[in-house]
Amino acid sequence: MEIVLDTPVRGWRDRIFSAAAFFFVSVFVIFVLTLIITDIFYVDKKAVATVLTSKFIRHALWMSIWTSCATTLIALLFAIPMGYSLSRFRFPGRIIVDAIVDLPIVFPPLVAGLTLLVFFSQTALGRWIQNDLGLVFVFQPKGIVLCQFVTSASFAIRSAKTAFDDVDRRYENVALTLGCTQFASFRRVCLPLAKNGIIAGGILTWARAFGLFGPLMIFVGSFRNRTEVLSTTIFLEQSIGNLEVALAIALLLIFIALIAVTCIRLVGGSTLARL
Amino acid sequence: MIRTEEISFHIGTFELQRLSINIAKGEYFILLGPPGSGKTIFLECLCGLKKIKSGRLYIDGSDVTNIEPRARGIGYVPQDYALFPHLSVEQNIAFGLRTRGCKRKEMQSKIADTAELLEIRELLLRRIHGLSGGEKQRVALARALVLQPKVLLLDEPVCALDEVTRQEVCAQLLSIQRRLGLTTIHVSHNLEEAFTVADRAAILKAGVLQQIGSLDELVNKPSSNFVARFMRREKHILCKCDGPGKAEPDPPCENR
Repeated sequence: MEIVLDTPVRGWRDRIFSAAAFFFVSVFVIFVLTLIITDIFYVDKKAVATVLTSKFIRHALWMSIWTSCATTLIALLFAIPMGYSLSRFRFPGRIIVDAIVDLPIVFPPLVAGLTLLVFFSQTALGRWIQNDLGLVFVFQPKGIVLCQFVTSASFAIRSAKTAFDDVDRRYENVALTLGCTQFASFRRVCLPLAKNGIIAGGILTWARAFGLFGPLMIFVGSFRNRTEVLSTTIFLEQSIGNLEVALAIALLLIFIALIAVTCIRLVGGSTLARL
Repeated sequence: MIRTEEISFHIGTFELQRLSINIAKGEYFILLGPPGSGKTIFLECLCGLKKIKSGRLYIDGSDVTNIEPRARGIGYVPQDYALFPHLSVEQNIAFGLRTRGCKRKEMQSKIADTAELLEIRELLLRRIHGLSGGEKQRVALARALVLQPKVLLLDEPVCALDEVTRQEVCAQLLSIQRRLGLTTIHVSHNLEEAFTVADRAAILKAGVLQQIGSLDELVNKPSSNFVARFMRREKHILCKCDGPGKAEPDPPCENR
Protein backbone atom coordinates (compact mmCIF):
# COMPACT_ATOMS: atom_id res chain seq x y z
CA MET A 1 0.00 0.00 0.00
CA GLU A 2 2.23 2.77 -1.27
CA ILE A 3 0.53 6.10 -0.72
CA VAL A 4 3.31 8.56 -1.43
CA LEU A 5 6.30 7.72 -3.56
CA ASP A 6 9.05 9.30 -1.49
CA THR A 7 8.15 7.82 1.88
CA PRO A 8 10.83 7.23 4.49
CA VAL A 9 11.90 3.73 5.48
CA ARG A 10 9.04 2.28 7.48
CA GLY A 11 8.78 -0.21 10.31
CA TRP A 12 5.79 -2.40 11.19
CA ARG A 13 4.29 0.29 13.45
CA ASP A 14 4.23 2.71 10.53
CA ARG A 15 2.57 0.11 8.36
CA ILE A 16 -0.16 -0.41 10.95
CA PHE A 17 -0.66 3.33 11.14
CA SER A 18 -1.10 3.78 7.41
CA ALA A 19 -3.23 0.64 7.16
CA ALA A 20 -5.53 1.98 9.87
CA ALA A 21 -5.84 5.32 8.11
CA PHE A 22 -6.51 3.62 4.83
CA PHE A 23 -9.13 1.39 6.40
CA PHE A 24 -11.42 4.39 6.87
CA VAL A 25 -10.76 5.58 3.35
CA SER A 26 -11.78 2.24 1.88
CA VAL A 27 -14.86 1.82 4.06
CA PHE A 28 -16.19 5.20 3.00
CA VAL A 29 -15.41 4.84 -0.69
CA ILE A 30 -16.82 1.33 -0.87
CA PHE A 31 -19.99 2.42 0.94
CA VAL A 32 -20.66 5.30 -1.48
CA LEU A 33 -19.85 3.20 -4.53
CA THR A 34 -22.11 0.38 -3.32
CA LEU A 35 -25.01 2.81 -2.99
CA ILE A 36 -24.56 4.09 -6.53
CA ILE A 37 -24.11 0.59 -7.94
CA THR A 38 -27.27 -0.55 -6.16
CA ASP A 39 -29.16 2.26 -7.86
CA ILE A 40 -27.79 1.28 -11.22
CA PHE A 41 -28.65 -2.40 -10.70
CA TYR A 42 -32.17 -1.88 -9.52
CA VAL A 43 -33.24 0.81 -11.89
CA ASP A 44 -35.97 -0.23 -14.25
CA LYS A 45 -35.26 0.26 -17.97
CA LYS A 46 -38.85 1.25 -18.61
CA ALA A 47 -38.68 3.83 -15.84
CA VAL A 48 -35.56 5.33 -17.38
CA ALA A 49 -37.41 5.61 -20.68
CA THR A 50 -40.33 7.25 -18.89
CA VAL A 51 -38.04 9.72 -17.20
CA LEU A 52 -36.26 10.62 -20.40
CA THR A 53 -39.46 11.09 -22.36
CA SER A 54 -41.92 12.41 -19.82
CA LYS A 55 -42.84 16.02 -20.35
CA PHE A 56 -43.29 17.01 -16.75
CA ILE A 57 -39.96 15.50 -15.72
CA ARG A 58 -38.27 17.36 -18.51
CA HIS A 59 -39.94 20.47 -17.19
CA ALA A 60 -38.71 19.69 -13.68
CA LEU A 61 -35.19 19.13 -14.99
CA TRP A 62 -35.33 22.41 -16.84
CA MET A 63 -36.62 24.15 -13.71
CA SER A 64 -33.84 22.59 -11.65
CA ILE A 65 -31.20 23.76 -14.09
CA TRP A 66 -32.34 27.31 -14.65
CA THR A 67 -33.19 28.08 -11.04
CA SER A 68 -29.89 26.72 -9.75
CA CYS A 69 -27.93 28.58 -12.41
CA ALA A 70 -29.81 31.83 -11.71
CA THR A 71 -29.16 31.34 -7.99
CA THR A 72 -25.47 30.79 -8.65
CA LEU A 73 -25.19 33.97 -10.72
CA ILE A 74 -27.01 36.06 -8.12
CA ALA A 75 -24.93 34.47 -5.36
CA LEU A 76 -21.70 35.33 -7.19
CA LEU A 77 -22.96 38.86 -7.74
CA PHE A 78 -23.18 39.17 -3.97
CA ALA A 79 -20.19 36.98 -3.14
CA ILE A 80 -17.55 38.92 -5.05
CA PRO A 81 -18.06 42.33 -3.41
CA MET A 82 -18.92 40.74 -0.07
CA GLY A 83 -15.94 38.41 -0.06
CA TYR A 84 -13.69 41.30 -1.00
CA SER A 85 -15.08 43.55 1.74
CA LEU A 86 -14.78 40.87 4.39
CA SER A 87 -11.27 40.07 3.30
CA ARG A 88 -9.91 43.60 2.86
CA PHE A 89 -11.88 46.11 4.88
CA ARG A 90 -11.80 46.42 8.64
CA PHE A 91 -15.09 47.80 9.90
CA PRO A 92 -16.89 47.67 13.23
CA GLY A 93 -18.96 44.54 13.54
CA ARG A 94 -16.98 42.66 10.92
CA ILE A 95 -16.83 39.53 13.07
CA ILE A 96 -20.61 39.59 13.50
CA VAL A 97 -21.13 40.03 9.76
CA ASP A 98 -18.75 37.14 9.20
CA ALA A 99 -20.80 34.96 11.54
CA ILE A 100 -24.08 35.97 9.87
CA VAL A 101 -22.63 34.96 6.50
CA ASP A 102 -21.97 31.48 7.88
CA LEU A 103 -25.35 31.16 9.56
CA PRO A 104 -27.27 29.76 6.55
CA ILE A 105 -24.62 27.05 6.17
CA VAL A 106 -25.17 25.96 9.73
CA PHE A 107 -28.89 26.04 10.20
CA PRO A 108 -31.07 23.33 8.62
CA PRO A 109 -32.39 24.28 5.15
CA LEU A 110 -35.94 23.55 6.35
CA VAL A 111 -35.61 26.45 8.76
CA ALA A 112 -34.84 28.76 5.84
CA GLY A 113 -38.01 27.69 4.07
CA LEU A 114 -40.13 28.14 7.15
CA THR A 115 -38.60 31.54 7.89
CA LEU A 116 -39.24 32.74 4.35
CA LEU A 117 -42.84 31.55 4.50
CA VAL A 118 -43.45 33.32 7.79
CA PHE A 119 -41.81 36.49 6.53
CA PHE A 120 -43.82 36.71 3.33
CA SER A 121 -47.17 35.58 4.70
CA GLN A 122 -47.19 36.99 8.23
CA THR A 123 -45.16 40.20 8.38
CA ALA A 124 -46.30 43.56 7.10
CA LEU A 125 -43.10 44.08 5.14
CA GLY A 126 -43.40 40.69 3.47
CA ARG A 127 -47.01 41.27 2.53
CA TRP A 128 -46.14 44.71 1.21
CA ILE A 129 -43.46 43.24 -1.05
CA GLN A 130 -45.86 40.58 -2.34
CA ASN A 131 -49.08 42.57 -2.65
CA ASP A 132 -48.06 46.14 -3.33
CA LEU A 133 -44.70 45.69 -4.97
CA GLY A 134 -46.02 42.71 -6.94
CA LEU A 135 -43.00 40.53 -6.26
CA VAL A 136 -44.74 37.27 -5.48
CA PHE A 137 -42.47 34.53 -4.21
CA VAL A 138 -44.68 32.07 -2.35
CA PHE A 139 -45.63 29.11 -4.57
CA GLN A 140 -43.84 30.74 -7.51
CA PRO A 141 -40.71 29.77 -9.50
CA LYS A 142 -39.13 33.00 -8.26
CA GLY A 143 -39.52 31.57 -4.77
CA ILE A 144 -37.37 28.59 -5.73
CA VAL A 145 -34.50 30.93 -6.57
CA LEU A 146 -35.03 32.86 -3.34
CA CYS A 147 -34.98 29.68 -1.28
CA GLN A 148 -31.88 28.41 -3.02
CA PHE A 149 -30.19 31.77 -2.63
CA VAL A 150 -30.81 31.97 1.10
CA THR A 151 -29.54 28.48 1.73
CA SER A 152 -26.57 28.40 -0.62
CA ALA A 153 -25.16 31.90 -1.19
CA SER A 154 -23.02 31.52 1.93
CA PHE A 155 -20.86 28.96 0.18
CA ALA A 156 -20.03 31.40 -2.59
CA ILE A 157 -19.37 34.25 -0.17
CA ARG A 158 -17.21 32.11 2.10
CA SER A 159 -15.05 30.78 -0.70
CA ALA A 160 -14.77 34.20 -2.35
CA LYS A 161 -13.49 35.56 0.95
CA THR A 162 -10.98 32.74 1.29
CA ALA A 163 -9.87 33.30 -2.29
CA PHE A 164 -9.35 37.03 -1.73
CA ASP A 165 -7.53 36.31 1.54
CA ASP A 166 -5.07 34.25 -0.46
CA VAL A 167 -4.24 37.14 -2.80
CA ASP A 168 -1.28 38.99 -1.32
CA ARG A 169 -2.04 42.61 -0.55
CA ARG A 170 1.25 43.62 -2.15
CA TYR A 171 0.02 42.80 -5.65
CA GLU A 172 -2.72 45.36 -5.28
CA ASN A 173 -0.36 47.85 -3.68
CA VAL A 174 2.01 47.64 -6.62
CA ALA A 175 -0.90 48.03 -9.00
CA LEU A 176 -1.85 51.22 -7.17
CA THR A 177 1.62 52.67 -7.69
CA LEU A 178 1.41 51.66 -11.36
CA GLY A 179 -1.53 53.94 -11.93
CA CYS A 180 -4.55 51.88 -10.90
CA THR A 181 -7.47 53.12 -8.86
CA GLN A 182 -8.57 50.71 -6.16
CA PHE A 183 -11.29 49.39 -8.43
CA ALA A 184 -8.88 48.93 -11.32
CA SER A 185 -6.42 47.03 -9.15
CA PHE A 186 -9.29 44.89 -7.91
CA ARG A 187 -10.42 44.13 -11.45
CA ARG A 188 -7.04 43.64 -13.07
CA VAL A 189 -5.08 41.97 -10.29
CA CYS A 190 -7.16 40.73 -7.39
CA LEU A 191 -10.08 39.25 -9.31
CA PRO A 192 -8.00 37.24 -11.81
CA LEU A 193 -5.86 35.86 -8.99
CA ALA A 194 -8.91 34.87 -6.93
CA LYS A 195 -10.77 33.47 -9.92
CA ASN A 196 -10.36 29.77 -9.20
CA GLY A 197 -11.57 30.06 -5.63
CA ILE A 198 -14.59 32.08 -6.72
CA ILE A 199 -15.51 29.56 -9.40
CA ALA A 200 -15.14 26.70 -6.92
CA GLY A 201 -17.49 28.56 -4.57
CA GLY A 202 -19.93 29.03 -7.42
CA ILE A 203 -19.93 25.30 -8.11
CA LEU A 204 -20.56 24.51 -4.45
CA THR A 205 -23.43 26.99 -4.44
CA TRP A 206 -24.84 25.49 -7.56
CA ALA A 207 -24.63 21.95 -6.18
CA ARG A 208 -26.42 22.91 -3.00
CA ALA A 209 -29.07 24.85 -4.91
CA PHE A 210 -29.56 22.04 -7.40
CA GLY A 211 -30.22 19.42 -4.75
CA LEU A 212 -32.29 21.61 -2.43
CA PHE A 213 -35.53 20.01 -1.33
CA GLY A 214 -36.85 20.70 2.17
CA PRO A 215 -37.45 24.46 2.11
CA LEU A 216 -38.91 24.23 -1.39
CA MET A 217 -41.65 21.91 -0.15
CA ILE A 218 -42.58 24.45 2.50
CA PHE A 219 -42.16 27.70 0.60
CA VAL A 220 -43.11 26.98 -3.00
CA GLY A 221 -44.64 23.52 -2.81
CA SER A 222 -44.30 21.10 -5.68
CA PHE A 223 -46.83 21.83 -8.39
CA ARG A 224 -46.47 19.84 -11.51
CA ASN A 225 -45.28 21.92 -14.45
CA ARG A 226 -44.89 24.97 -12.25
CA THR A 227 -42.70 24.79 -9.18
CA GLU A 228 -41.57 21.23 -9.46
CA VAL A 229 -37.85 20.58 -9.53
CA LEU A 230 -36.07 17.24 -9.80
CA SER A 231 -35.51 16.80 -6.08
CA THR A 232 -39.16 17.40 -5.28
CA THR A 233 -40.17 15.13 -8.16
CA ILE A 234 -38.31 12.26 -6.53
CA PHE A 235 -40.24 12.85 -3.33
CA LEU A 236 -43.58 13.05 -5.14
CA GLU A 237 -43.00 9.93 -7.21
CA GLN A 238 -41.82 8.01 -4.19
CA SER A 239 -44.80 9.14 -2.11
CA ILE A 240 -47.28 7.81 -4.67
CA GLY A 241 -45.42 4.50 -4.76
CA ASN A 242 -43.65 5.09 -8.04
CA LEU A 243 -40.29 3.91 -6.76
CA GLU A 244 -38.88 2.94 -10.18
CA VAL A 245 -39.35 6.41 -11.61
CA ALA A 246 -37.99 8.01 -8.43
CA LEU A 247 -34.90 5.85 -8.73
CA ALA A 248 -34.39 6.74 -12.36
CA ILE A 249 -34.56 10.44 -11.51
CA ALA A 250 -32.15 9.83 -8.65
CA LEU A 251 -29.66 8.35 -11.11
CA LEU A 252 -30.02 11.41 -13.27
CA LEU A 253 -29.21 13.58 -10.24
CA ILE A 254 -26.21 11.43 -9.36
CA PHE A 255 -24.95 11.74 -12.91
CA ILE A 256 -25.22 15.53 -12.77
CA ALA A 257 -23.55 15.59 -9.35
CA LEU A 258 -20.71 13.56 -10.79
CA ILE A 259 -20.15 16.17 -13.47
CA ALA A 260 -20.16 18.93 -10.84
CA VAL A 261 -17.62 17.14 -8.63
CA THR A 262 -15.35 16.59 -11.60
CA CYS A 263 -15.59 20.27 -12.51
CA ILE A 264 -14.61 21.26 -8.96
CA ARG A 265 -11.55 19.06 -9.12
CA LEU A 266 -10.59 20.52 -12.47
CA VAL A 267 -11.08 24.14 -11.49
CA GLY A 268 -9.96 24.61 -7.95
CA GLY A 269 -9.39 21.47 -5.96
CA SER A 270 -6.80 23.03 -3.69
CA THR A 271 -8.91 26.05 -2.86
CA LEU A 272 -11.88 23.88 -2.08
CA ALA A 273 -9.90 21.60 0.18
CA ARG A 274 -9.45 24.40 2.68
CA LEU A 275 -13.08 25.47 3.02
CA MET B 1 13.48 66.07 -4.86
CA ILE B 2 12.05 63.99 -2.03
CA ARG B 3 11.40 65.82 1.18
CA THR B 4 9.61 64.57 4.26
CA GLU B 5 8.72 66.95 7.03
CA GLU B 6 8.30 65.32 10.40
CA ILE B 7 6.15 62.49 9.11
CA SER B 8 4.63 60.19 11.72
CA PHE B 9 2.79 56.95 11.32
CA HIS B 10 1.86 54.23 13.74
CA ILE B 11 0.58 50.72 13.42
CA GLY B 12 0.03 48.53 16.47
CA THR B 13 2.83 49.29 18.88
CA PHE B 14 5.22 50.41 16.17
CA GLU B 15 5.65 54.08 15.55
CA LEU B 16 7.48 56.04 12.89
CA GLN B 17 8.48 59.18 14.70
CA ARG B 18 8.69 62.61 13.08
CA LEU B 19 10.93 61.60 10.23
CA SER B 20 12.51 64.42 8.25
CA ILE B 21 14.66 63.51 5.29
CA ASN B 22 15.69 65.62 2.33
CA ILE B 23 16.99 63.88 -0.76
CA ALA B 24 18.53 65.80 -3.63
CA LYS B 25 17.73 65.27 -7.31
CA GLY B 26 19.70 62.44 -8.84
CA GLU B 27 20.88 61.14 -5.52
CA TYR B 28 21.22 57.45 -4.71
CA PHE B 29 20.06 57.32 -1.12
CA ILE B 30 20.16 54.21 1.01
CA LEU B 31 18.03 53.72 4.08
CA LEU B 32 19.59 51.29 6.51
CA GLY B 33 18.30 49.67 9.64
CA PRO B 34 17.82 46.32 11.29
CA PRO B 35 14.70 44.32 10.41
CA GLY B 36 11.61 45.80 12.00
CA SER B 37 13.00 49.31 12.14
CA GLY B 38 10.26 50.72 9.89
CA LYS B 39 12.13 51.02 6.59
CA THR B 40 9.42 49.37 4.53
CA ILE B 41 6.72 51.38 6.27
CA PHE B 42 8.61 54.55 5.44
CA LEU B 43 8.70 53.59 1.76
CA GLU B 44 5.01 52.70 1.81
CA CYS B 45 4.27 56.11 3.30
CA LEU B 46 6.21 57.71 0.45
CA CYS B 47 4.22 55.64 -2.05
CA GLY B 48 0.97 56.66 -0.43
CA LEU B 49 0.13 53.06 0.41
CA LYS B 50 -0.03 54.08 4.05
CA LYS B 51 -1.68 57.30 5.11
CA ILE B 52 0.63 59.25 7.41
CA LYS B 53 -0.71 60.55 10.70
CA SER B 54 1.02 63.90 10.59
CA GLY B 55 3.70 65.78 8.69
CA ARG B 56 4.08 66.58 5.02
CA LEU B 57 5.56 64.83 2.00
CA TYR B 58 7.03 66.56 -1.04
CA ILE B 59 8.09 64.95 -4.28
CA ASP B 60 9.65 67.12 -6.95
CA GLY B 61 8.58 70.27 -5.16
CA SER B 62 4.90 69.49 -4.94
CA ASP B 63 3.03 68.47 -1.84
CA VAL B 64 1.88 64.87 -2.31
CA THR B 65 0.70 64.23 1.25
CA ASN B 66 -2.88 63.70 0.14
CA ILE B 67 -2.24 62.48 -3.40
CA GLU B 68 -3.21 58.91 -4.35
CA PRO B 69 -0.37 56.45 -5.01
CA ARG B 70 -1.12 56.35 -8.73
CA ALA B 71 -0.52 60.07 -9.21
CA ARG B 72 2.68 60.48 -7.23
CA GLY B 73 5.06 59.75 -10.08
CA ILE B 74 6.95 57.07 -8.20
CA GLY B 75 8.36 53.76 -9.30
CA TYR B 76 8.04 51.20 -6.54
CA VAL B 77 9.71 47.81 -6.40
CA PRO B 78 8.50 45.99 -3.29
CA GLN B 79 10.40 43.29 -1.48
CA ASP B 80 10.09 39.94 -3.31
CA TYR B 81 8.99 42.06 -6.29
CA ALA B 82 5.28 41.11 -6.30
CA LEU B 83 5.22 40.39 -10.01
CA PHE B 84 1.70 39.55 -11.17
CA PRO B 85 1.74 35.76 -11.50
CA HIS B 86 -1.24 35.65 -13.87
CA LEU B 87 0.52 37.76 -16.49
CA SER B 88 3.56 37.18 -18.67
CA VAL B 89 6.75 39.20 -18.29
CA GLU B 90 5.72 41.48 -21.12
CA GLN B 91 2.22 41.98 -19.70
CA ASN B 92 3.73 42.75 -16.32
CA ILE B 93 5.89 45.48 -17.83
CA ALA B 94 2.97 46.76 -19.88
CA PHE B 95 0.67 46.85 -16.85
CA GLY B 96 1.22 50.48 -15.91
CA LEU B 97 1.23 51.67 -19.53
CA ARG B 98 -2.08 49.95 -20.15
CA THR B 99 -3.57 51.53 -17.04
CA ARG B 100 -2.63 54.91 -18.41
CA GLY B 101 -4.24 54.20 -21.74
CA CYS B 102 -0.99 54.16 -23.68
CA LYS B 103 -1.27 53.54 -27.44
CA ARG B 104 -0.12 50.15 -28.66
CA LYS B 105 2.74 51.39 -30.83
CA GLU B 106 4.09 53.66 -28.13
CA MET B 107 3.68 50.89 -25.61
CA GLN B 108 5.68 48.45 -27.69
CA SER B 109 8.54 50.85 -28.24
CA LYS B 110 8.66 51.75 -24.54
CA ILE B 111 8.68 48.10 -23.52
CA ALA B 112 11.42 47.37 -26.04
CA ASP B 113 13.55 50.27 -24.77
CA THR B 114 13.17 49.25 -21.14
CA ALA B 115 13.82 45.60 -21.92
CA GLU B 116 16.95 46.69 -23.77
CA LEU B 117 18.10 48.80 -20.82
CA LEU B 118 17.71 45.92 -18.37
CA GLU B 119 18.84 43.21 -20.80
CA ILE B 120 15.67 41.17 -20.46
CA ARG B 121 14.52 41.09 -24.07
CA GLU B 122 14.70 37.30 -24.22
CA LEU B 123 12.43 37.03 -21.15
CA LEU B 124 9.48 39.00 -22.49
CA LEU B 125 7.33 36.01 -23.45
CA ARG B 126 8.07 33.94 -20.35
CA ARG B 127 5.66 33.34 -17.47
CA ILE B 128 6.61 34.79 -14.08
CA HIS B 129 6.62 31.33 -12.59
CA GLY B 130 10.04 29.85 -13.29
CA LEU B 131 12.05 33.07 -13.50
CA SER B 132 15.18 33.15 -11.35
CA GLY B 133 15.52 35.67 -8.53
CA GLY B 134 17.77 37.97 -10.53
CA GLU B 135 15.44 37.84 -13.53
CA LYS B 136 12.43 38.65 -11.39
CA GLN B 137 14.29 41.58 -9.92
CA ARG B 138 15.01 43.03 -13.34
CA VAL B 139 11.46 42.48 -14.56
CA ALA B 140 10.10 44.26 -11.48
CA LEU B 141 12.50 47.11 -12.10
CA ALA B 142 11.43 47.28 -15.74
CA ARG B 143 7.77 47.39 -14.71
CA ALA B 144 8.51 50.46 -12.57
CA LEU B 145 10.95 52.17 -14.95
CA VAL B 146 8.82 51.89 -18.08
CA LEU B 147 6.54 54.59 -16.65
CA GLN B 148 9.48 57.00 -16.36
CA PRO B 149 8.94 57.78 -12.70
CA LYS B 150 10.43 60.84 -11.04
CA VAL B 151 11.75 58.81 -8.14
CA LEU B 152 12.53 55.14 -7.69
CA LEU B 153 11.80 53.37 -4.43
CA LEU B 154 13.45 49.99 -3.95
CA ASP B 155 12.54 47.83 -0.98
CA GLU B 156 15.34 45.34 -0.27
CA PRO B 157 15.94 44.92 -4.01
CA VAL B 158 18.73 42.37 -3.72
CA CYS B 159 17.91 40.75 -0.40
CA ALA B 160 16.52 37.56 -1.96
CA LEU B 161 19.52 37.05 -4.26
CA ASP B 162 22.71 35.06 -3.77
CA GLU B 163 26.03 36.75 -3.00
CA VAL B 164 27.35 36.91 -6.56
CA THR B 165 24.12 38.06 -8.19
CA ARG B 166 23.73 40.63 -5.45
CA GLN B 167 27.00 42.31 -6.39
CA GLU B 168 26.09 42.29 -10.08
CA VAL B 169 22.61 43.66 -9.52
CA CYS B 170 23.86 46.42 -7.23
CA ALA B 171 26.36 47.51 -9.86
CA GLN B 172 23.62 47.42 -12.48
CA LEU B 173 21.23 49.40 -10.29
CA LEU B 174 23.85 52.09 -9.81
CA SER B 175 24.71 52.32 -13.49
CA ILE B 176 21.05 52.57 -14.50
CA GLN B 177 20.43 55.15 -11.81
CA ARG B 178 23.35 57.22 -13.03
CA ARG B 179 22.34 56.92 -16.66
CA LEU B 180 18.75 58.03 -16.02
CA GLY B 181 19.72 60.51 -13.30
CA LEU B 182 16.94 59.01 -11.24
CA THR B 183 16.49 59.97 -7.60
CA THR B 184 16.53 56.66 -5.78
CA ILE B 185 15.81 55.41 -2.31
CA HIS B 186 17.10 51.94 -1.65
CA VAL B 187 16.09 50.22 1.56
CA SER B 188 18.36 47.58 3.01
CA HIS B 189 19.63 45.98 6.18
CA ASN B 190 22.91 45.09 4.53
CA LEU B 191 25.91 47.34 4.96
CA GLU B 192 27.85 46.00 1.95
CA GLU B 193 25.12 47.18 -0.38
CA ALA B 194 25.40 50.65 1.06
CA PHE B 195 29.11 50.84 0.28
CA THR B 196 28.51 49.60 -3.26
CA VAL B 197 25.79 52.01 -4.29
CA ALA B 198 25.01 54.86 -1.95
CA ASP B 199 25.75 58.56 -2.21
CA ARG B 200 24.25 59.16 1.17
CA ALA B 201 22.63 57.03 3.83
CA ALA B 202 20.36 57.20 6.81
CA ILE B 203 20.05 54.79 9.69
CA LEU B 204 16.71 53.98 11.22
CA LYS B 205 16.08 52.21 14.49
CA ALA B 206 12.63 51.37 15.83
CA GLY B 207 11.02 54.13 13.79
CA VAL B 208 13.47 56.80 14.87
CA LEU B 209 16.02 58.31 12.53
CA GLN B 210 19.45 57.88 14.10
CA GLN B 211 21.74 59.66 11.69
CA ILE B 212 21.83 60.87 8.14
CA GLY B 213 24.88 61.70 6.08
CA SER B 214 27.56 60.38 3.74
CA LEU B 215 28.93 56.93 4.48
CA ASP B 216 32.18 58.55 5.54
CA GLU B 217 30.39 60.54 8.18
CA LEU B 218 28.46 57.53 9.40
CA VAL B 219 31.65 55.49 9.69
CA ASN B 220 33.89 58.11 11.19
CA LYS B 221 31.52 60.28 13.16
CA PRO B 222 28.72 58.04 14.35
CA SER B 223 26.24 59.91 16.50
CA SER B 224 25.52 56.99 18.80
CA ASN B 225 26.71 53.57 19.80
CA PHE B 226 23.97 52.07 17.73
CA VAL B 227 25.19 53.73 14.56
CA ALA B 228 28.79 52.83 15.33
CA ARG B 229 27.85 49.21 15.83
CA PHE B 230 25.71 49.17 12.73
CA MET B 231 28.63 50.51 10.72
CA ARG B 232 30.79 47.72 12.20
CA ARG B 233 32.87 50.10 14.28
CA GLU B 234 32.75 48.02 17.43
CA LYS B 235 35.85 49.62 18.88
CA HIS B 236 34.54 53.13 18.51
CA ILE B 237 34.21 54.94 21.82
CA LEU B 238 31.85 57.87 21.96
CA CYS B 239 32.62 60.73 24.24
CA LYS B 240 30.36 63.34 25.68
CA CYS B 241 31.96 66.71 26.14
CA ASP B 242 30.66 68.99 28.87
CA GLY B 243 32.94 71.91 28.38
CA PRO B 244 36.66 72.16 27.90
CA GLY B 245 39.01 69.55 29.26
CA LYS B 246 36.37 67.21 30.58
CA ALA B 247 35.38 64.25 28.40
CA GLU B 248 33.21 61.46 29.67
CA PRO B 249 33.04 58.26 27.65
CA ASP B 250 29.63 56.79 26.90
CA PRO B 251 29.33 53.19 28.00
CA PRO B 252 31.38 51.40 25.33
CA CYS B 253 29.75 49.12 22.83
CA GLU B 254 29.58 45.54 23.84
CA ASN B 255 31.76 43.44 21.57
CA ARG B 256 29.93 40.81 19.66
